[in-house]
Amino acid sequence: MSRSERYQMTIEEWVVAPIQIIWSDWRARVGLFIILLYILMGTVGVWLVEPSQTAEGPRLLAPFQNWEFPLGTDTQGNDLFAQIVHATPPMLEMIVSGAVFATVMATLVGTFSGYKGGSVDRLLMTVTDILMTIPGLPLTIVLAVILQPRDPWVVGIILTINAWAGLARAIRSQVLTFREEDFVEASRLMGISTSTILLKDILPGLMPYILVNFVNSARTVIFSSVGLYFLGILPFTQANWGVMMNFAYNSGGALYTLSAIHWLLAPMITIVILSFGLILFAQGTDRLFNPQVRARHTSGPDIEADEEDMNVETEIRGSQ
Amino acid sequence: MIDNYYAERTAQAIFTVFAVASLSFGLIRLMPGGPIDFIRAQMIQEQGTDADMERVNSMVESYTNVRPDDPLYIQYVDYMTELIQGDMGVSMWYNEPVSGILAEALPWTVFVMAISLALTFAIGITLGAVMAYIEGSRFDVSTTLVSVFLNSIPYYVMAVLLVYLLGYQLSWFPTGGRFSSDVTIGMNLEFLANAFHHAFLPIVSIVVTGFGIQALAMRGNSIRVLGEDYIRVARLRGLPPHDIALRYVGRNAILPMYTGMMISIGFLFGGSVILEEIFTYPGIGYYMFRGIESRDYPLMMGAFLLITVAVVIGIYVADLTYGKIDPRAGTGGGDREAY
Repeated sequence: MSRSERYQMTIEEWVVAPIQIIWSDWRARVGLFIILLYILMGTVGVWLVEPSQTAEGPRLLAPFQNWEFPLGTDTQGNDLFAQIVHATPPMLEMIVSGAVFATVMATLVGTFSGYKGGSVDRLLMTVTDILMTIPGLPLTIVLAVILQPRDPWVVGIILTINAWAGLARAIRSQVLTFREEDFVEASRLMGISTSTILLKDILPGLMPYILVNFVNSARTVIFSSVGLYFLGILPFTQANWGVMMNFAYNSGGALYTLSAIHWLLAPMITIVILSFGLILFAQGTDRLFNPQVRARHTSGPDIEADEEDMNVETEIRGSQ
Repeated sequence: MIDNYYAERTAQAIFTVFAVASLSFGLIRLMPGGPIDFIRAQMIQEQGTDADMERVNSMVESYTNVRPDDPLYIQYVDYMTELIQGDMGVSMWYNEPVSGILAEALPWTVFVMAISLALTFAIGITLGAVMAYIEGSRFDVSTTLVSVFLNSIPYYVMAVLLVYLLGYQLSWFPTGGRFSSDVTIGMNLEFLANAFHHAFLPIVSIVVTGFGIQALAMRGNSIRVLGEDYIRVARLRGLPPHDIALRYVGRNAILPMYTGMMISIGFLFGGSVILEEIFTYPGIGYYMFRGIESRDYPLMMGAFLLITVAVVIGIYVADLTYGKIDPRAGTGGGDREAY
């Protein structure tokens, strides 16, 4: 097998097949669409929508009245839609840094601990168990109060400071099943180094699992960050949906009057839709776990497998 | 083997509390701009620039149990011994011992969270099992969608909506407090009803936003178990469907839910900080928030510690009962070869 063929197979296995599987599930499709919408809002949207300015419109304009301010305005006459759009980039930065931190930590600790076994495993798992037991939100709050983080990248890491522990344990138990596989055993007997075995033999099998958990960590970051901005525990250095909720709640009096309720609802609905998309995506990509579904989508070199692949295509369509 | 399991769990629970106490000492003492600097700066500000350092140090000690001019290891030993004796320092805002404030608040948080946890899992497990049995039906598909949707609402968003609608607008439920001031405290029906009335909205915000994910997990587990060979064998043996559903499917599908429950314990107690603030429900999270608001570090750290201890105990109890119902717990795994 030549090098280019090998690359082609790798791409087939790790890029084409997963995309096919994801696309075959409506939940993953809708989830992906919503996620892409928010990414567009945070990248292109910021260029298209001008940042909101004080008194650019009438005070407390109701939504869907004036298309210059599609979601209405707050008590200062700020456009709510522009505020929501411009709060997206720091949010995305927080999500990326938090989810990457949690996933990388969990994968490193989980695979290493699971594969090594023995006292290394025991030590790492004791630390993991302790971190897992400490409730995440209070720990985050204490750290946020003492450190007063301002940079979205740092906030993201603080929000997932111990969120990786549970995932590390889950990955470890996955590794334990892989580690007894024949091909792993073979690599070990051939004297291939631990890091290479982990990277080449074990990690690929964990990828779908890691992806789903990446999405779940993203949701953790959104829920906690908005909650902590809403309570005013994180310093208000940037626009955030939680900061909007805080203003609507505390200074807007949105709880007592009907005329300010859209100010509170707009950021809330924004969060719910994003989180809905993430859960749908995670639910839909669950199918990536299933090795049978995977195998059907990865076309092998022989014609027989190709035929089977086509059968499965119709089977999946039929089941919808 | 089983004895070993219990001993291991107990040791781990104790060690976790110890580790968290050490962590909170580290946070209090070592972080730049941490609580001790804050108290000192405040004292110096109040008493002018020539504040007596000796007095400042003893004030810091009386609040936080740590005397800044002692060597670090003595500070640590002092802090830990005070903690073991139940002394968490003095609240700077309420000027009362932290342990007194929190001991009075903790039962209320446990009350709300225990009911929420029980309801979340009761509804989730029942619904998930039903969905799995009629997999693919219209009920299954629509319930899945509703579950995902409800689960994408953060509990505090639900809380704000409920307090707005049912609390402020319709006045069906109180918007704060644990019980009305006009009922007599005690184990009488009126008091209990009143306490439930006050706890209703917090419980609903947790249950409504939380049961969905458990229902989906239960659904997935049940579908997997239903496909197992032993279920087919049980059917072929002619066992009554009721027995199969409860003893075979139910039991094997519920066991993995335990992990979810342990995670929920931490999530619920942690979330009490946000939830109790929205409902002005004076539980432990409420006092942690008060501590943050007024830079009352002893109160904040005390609440943090106590929330963690509550979670450790909750998970410990869950662990022990898990060992009772799953005979496999604590047997496998230890004899693997180390590479």
